[in-house]
Amino acid sequence: MDRIRDQINATARRVPTWAVYILCLLPAPYFFYLAVTGNLGPDPVKPLEHKYGELALQLLIAGLCITPLRQHLGINLIRFRRALGLMAFAYVTFHLLVWAVLDVQTLGRVVEDIIKRPYITIGMAGFALLLPLALTSNNYAVRKLGVKWRKLHKLTYLAVFLGGVHYIWLVKGIQLEPLIYMAVILGLLALRLRGRKPSRIAA
Amino acid sequence: ADGLEPNSYEDITQYNNYYEFGTGKTDPARNAHTLTTSPWTVKIDGMVDKPGDYAMASIMEAMTIEERIYRFRCVEAWSMVIPWNGFELADLLGMAGVQSGAKYVAFETANRPDEMPGVRFPALDWPYVEGLRLDEAMHPLTIMATGIYGKPIPNQNGAPMRLVVPWKYGFKSIKSIVRITLTDQEPPTSWNKANAREYGFYSNVNPEVSHPRWSQASERMVGGGLFAKRQPTLMFNGYEEEVAALYEGMDLKANF
Repeated sequence: MDRIRDQINATARRVPTWAVYILCLLPAPYFFYLAVTGNLGPDPVKPLEHKYGELALQLLIAGLCITPLRQHLGINLIRFRRALGLMAFAYVTFHLLVWAVLDVQTLGRVVEDIIKRPYITIGMAGFALLLPLALTSNNYAVRKLGVKWRKLHKLTYLAVFLGGVHYIWLVKGIQLEPLIYMAVILGLLALRLRGRKPSRIAA
Repeated sequence: ADGLEPNSYEDITQYNNYYEFGTGKTDPARNAHTLTTSPWTVKIDGMVDKPGDYAMASIMEAMTIEERIYRFRCVEAWSMVIPWNGFELADLLGMAGVQSGAKYVAFETANRPDEMPGVRFPALDWPYVEGLRLDEAMHPLTIMATGIYGKPIPNQNGAPMRLVVPWKYGFKSIKSIVRITLTDQEPPTSWNKANAREYGFYSNVNPEVSHPRWSQASERMVGGGLFAKRQPTLMFNGYEEEVAALYEGMDLKANF
């Protein structure tokens, strides 16, 4: 186990962070291309919208894994957390743009949907929470905000949770996939609650 | 309906909602081949003169198949145009002899865990059930579809026989029917049981009554591509002239 951990850590140190940005960004044009060329089925707007939304959730969840991986398994991927967070924000934005521009299509109805449809309101709230986090994801803001930065970025927890609720709420009937996402999100958030006690004692 | 350009056979048969085979749009086309549709028996019972198990083959022999090109509007706000082959439901009900006290028709889909992977998960309370008021069922636009584009209807579209009620949201048009019951009580319907706030018994296409989670004022036409403009949704899906009389005096916002 220790050898595997050391190997992962050694490999991770050699991966430049820009590679993570590129890797995370590639699916965006790829799925857009599939949609334009008719390879996402005859109604490509919805699959593209959903794909971007799913990728956003997956990246947010990946970001939530960084701390527990280090605390519980000693795997240090903290260098990539900013990239994962910013890329998650990018996909939430793509998701929102496809929904507003290609799906709903008119500004009046976009506003109406945000106000009148609770699952969309919740999704927008998640996006709104991520916005200040994306804007402060640079070295200058980290230095400037200091302790406040850590507190501010705990908003991620709420944003991911809202994303999970948004997904459960939008499907028809009872579907397994959004429930699995929610279980994973709640599990990762629960690890934080447990992880806090010892650090308090230490402090 | 004149001047309608039907969707391609591929669009119609590769993009489906049929939760018994999975909740994804491509799941039914991938999974529905396991459904045994021959032999097939339809039980017609309740308030009819000749209740019994009707073999699909004998139904087909007795009915005259014609083509109907209908708009198809899903409650999810997408739509298609489909050239169905089938016969009027009224003719089938006439064969069984509807008794005078009957007021509603209840329908039931096959429920076969061995052949339908989706029913192993409770996405809905299986079997899928639907219902119509008798006058809706007897309306000449209401058909039982057994084919698409002159070919036998594929399993993913509801083989061997499905309902098509073109002025209602697609989920009313129940697939792979194994039972038809004439009754004097409003029958339970699957989506209404799952969420009564969102899905009513009538579920007539109505651009003025939004689904609680999305507007029904417009629709995406399947096959239009990524940049297609939404089209306004028509009252009763464009069949207002033919069916509005069925609902005269009814508050369609309350009876949605």
